[in-house]
Amino acid sequence: MTKLTINGASVEVQVEDDTPLLWVIREHVGLTGTKYGCGIAQCGACTIHLDGVATRSCALPVSAVGPDQAIVTIEGLGVPKPHPVQEAWAELDVAQCGFCQVGMIMAASALLAQNPNPSDDDIRAEITNICRCGTYGRVLAGVKHAAERMRG
Amino acid sequence: MTAHPASKATPSGPRLSRRGFLAGTGAAAGLFTFGFSFPLATPVAAQGAAPEVNAWVVIQPDETVIIRIARIEMGQGSLTGLAQLVAEELDCDWDKVRFELVNPAENARRGNVWNTQSTGGSRAIRGSQDYVRRGGAAARAVLLEAAAKGWGVPTGECTVAKGVITHTPTKRTTTYGAVAGTAGAITPPADVRLKDPAAWTIAGQPVKRLDTKDKLDGSLVYGIDYRMPGMLVAVPKACPVHGGTLKSFDAAAVAGMPGVKHVLKVDDETVAVVADTFWRAKTALDALPITWDEGPNAKVSSETIAAMVREGLTAETPFVGNAIGDAKGTLAGARRVIEADYGFPYQNHAPMEVLAATVRWTPERCEVWGPTQVPEAALAAVSAAAGLPASACDIQVMRIGGSFGRRLQTDYLTMATRIARQVPGTPVKMMWTREEDMLQGRFHPITQCRLRASLDAKGEVEALHMRISGQSIAIYAIPGLMTAKGDPLVFQGLTPGGEMALGYTIPNLLIDHAMRNPHIRPGAWRGVNLNQNAIYLECFIDELAETAGQDPLAFRRTLMRNHPKHLAVLEAAAKGIGWETPPAKGRARGIAQVMGFGSYVAAAAEVSVADGQLKIHRIVAATDPGHVVNPQQVDAQVSGSFVYGLSAMLYGECTVKDGRIEQENFDTYNVMRLDEMPAVEVITLPSGGFWGGVGEPTIAVAAPAVLNAVFAATGKRVRQLPLKNVDLNVS
Ligand code: FES
Ligand code: FES
Repeated sequence: MTKLTINGASVEVQVEDDTPLLWVIREHVGLTGTKYGCGIAQCGACTIHLDGVATRSCALPVSAVGPDQAIVTIEGLGVPKPHPVQEAWAELDVAQCGFCQVGMIMAASALLAQNPNPSDDDIRAEITNICRCGTYGRVLAGVKHAAERMRG
Repeated sequence: MTAHPASKATPSGPRLSRRGFLAGTGAAAGLFTFGFSFPLATPVAAQGAAPEVNAWVVIQPDETVIIRIARIEMGQGSLTGLAQLVAEELDCDWDKVRFELVNPAENARRGNVWNTQSTGGSRAIRGSQDYVRRGGAAARAVLLEAAAKGWGVPTGECTVAKGVITHTPTKRTTTYGAVAGTAGAITPPADVRLKDPAAWTIAGQPVKRLDTKDKLDGSLVYGIDYRMPGMLVAVPKACPVHGGTLKSFDAAAVAGMPGVKHVLKVDDETVAVVADTFWRAKTALDALPITWDEGPNAKVSSETIAAMVREGLTAETPFVGNAIGDAKGTLAGARRVIEADYGFPYQNHAPMEVLAATVRWTPERCEVWGPTQVPEAALAAVSAAAGLPASACDIQVMRIGGSFGRRLQTDYLTMATRIARQVPGTPVKMMWTREEDMLQGRFHPITQCRLRASLDAKGEVEALHMRISGQSIAIYAIPGLMTAKGDPLVFQGLTPGGEMALGYTIPNLLIDHAMRNPHIRPGAWRGVNLNQNAIYLECFIDELAETAGQDPLAFRRTLMRNHPKHLAVLEAAAKGIGWETPPAKGRARGIAQVMGFGSYVAAAAEVSVADGQLKIHRIVAATDPGHVVNPQQVDAQVSGSFVYGLSAMLYGECTVKDGRIEQENFDTYNVMRLDEMPAVEVITLPSGGFWGGVGEPTIAVAAPAVLNAVFAATGKRVRQLPLKNVDLNVS
């Protein structure tokens, strides 16, 4: 049995050690908000927070994650109330098909936790997720808007 | 476990309801407040089965207005636009609007009451605006009549605003929710008058999307997310050389691997591993010994394909898309002929969501939960693969995680059904890996173009011959479109009239096509043939302007004097970028225009090139789509078009070696990211009188505007894409 801490709860799963964390989250824990896009750490669709750091879960074997390390997925981000990034995303209508947006939101919220006042260049350098619908302009605006909200 | 993981740990997701709708709880525009946590999408129908007012509109006693959406939503925003059009004529309260998706089996059962559901060609709004507005207006009429009947007064004495009906003489009021129960039984008037768009208050407004909330909290169930109790997951692999076949596989070698349940032959070229999870199925598939018969195409390469297509540049062909005067004769007698060859490579759609669908097959019935852009064709494909009549099949359509034309084809649904049919009674989710998605795409076809032109003494274009050579989408994917001479889609943006009309008047013109079809399977890729046709022509027009010693805008103005709508968007884009004033030092500009999918579009780009590195600073895009239903969604589509179009221009290239596509993932098929995204300013100038599409046309002007700016910056003409293969260093 592998023990993990996901969204503040401890869970036990029976999986092979080399199973990427993404598939443990999606298929064994049953949280499908975290997406598969490439499986090779290229696109960011699978981004979660691992001890507060944005992490691409598709390329991280579950055996590399300790039982007490805090995994936060999109289902645990806006709880009990929506994260300012989610609020900013709603206000600016950032999402198109939405598929990449969970990863975008996880990447953006981790960025803001470390850098509450990112410049455009910071955001361009840090948010490397792929969006094929082309929402980048609103993602940039959304991060800045969320930063403002968080600063109050 | 907290409530959140626990609530999702049980297999969940929409089930096929009896009525065959999937409802969404999209909170209405403006009311997207966060005093509550995001609920899961719950079928609205479950909250109380209100009878429908008509096929498009259901109104619940609590005043919730459910608008049925028949076209597919895959990020383009048409779901919201269509709801706006219905709501506009209905005169309901927009804040009360929710949506429900229509399933094709239900549509068939009701005699196609929702018309076609097929979603492509930028047609979702322009192709349905008339009948969805009539649907809203007819619902309004019977709701008013129901209220009038209730009061025993003439309907003409009643008015409605935001869903509140008033009997004007007595000032009595009632609501849509109160009368909806009896309205459905009333026969609607034979004809309804639609509002003048100038009077719109919901349509034409930048209201927020109806389908956002579940995209922000992870609760939206896409095709890859669907789960059912007892479900298995199948991961397929087809012969990497298109047209090759599956010779054998050694199922015993992987039978003992964790979770593996079945190893199946799917069709002549495909094998699949079925396991309890995707990851275990994929792991076993990677370990499965497979022998292919790669067939006659095993030696084909990008080089052999290029030679095959190049031969078509000079071959005889009877297939002419546009001809005026005598282009060949004029060129033969010209003092100087300007000539250039261009080429555009294969592209993969690469939507973020890979292909997936869940199927439960029994000898009596076949149920599918999965995305498609062509619900009717999907139902037919499922029926054929299931060996059951269409009336015994059902597809729960879904919102899609990007598609861009890939799911106009139904190959993956056939495959998923064939797999499930071998595991009767068990729901099987078939899901492709990204690698399979890249190898088994339906690729944007490969083409080359030779352009030859001459100028008269005034520097005006006196003759142009544009020869396109390359692959046809229609002959493979839409054979019904083929004519005796060829595939008419190849002339998009170049035709004498219609929805993709050429915007230049040239006295001696010949545009023809030689079809050359390599074995790589083609498909309609967002923008289709408008993409490369606009690159070829708009870059070459720039070359001609240079030869004539004229400014690219001034040169085009002369050629476009008979095409005021084309010219208007070009002028708007040029004005927006500040064409008449020189750019800052080190910056350079380019422009391009085209008509496609019923709309006129143009772009102006400002770039710099330093040490061989291109930086795109600014884009101004102008669009005349006739009418704008939601400016915010038009803005999103137009800005997103630059990401799609410029990704292809910068990086997009699927090459062929040993008969197979070489790019298997985003590490080798790179796409644009946020760090390269230029500022995009979107200008819309709807001139009325027609309805054009918005999802695709702008992609076609993205690359030529930037490439023309690259020339202005470097003096280099880039004629073969993508740009990553080109050295922009100025020597
Ligand atoms: S799925 Fe993990 S980065 Fe793409
Ligand atoms: S919103 Fe569709 S991929 Fe980003």
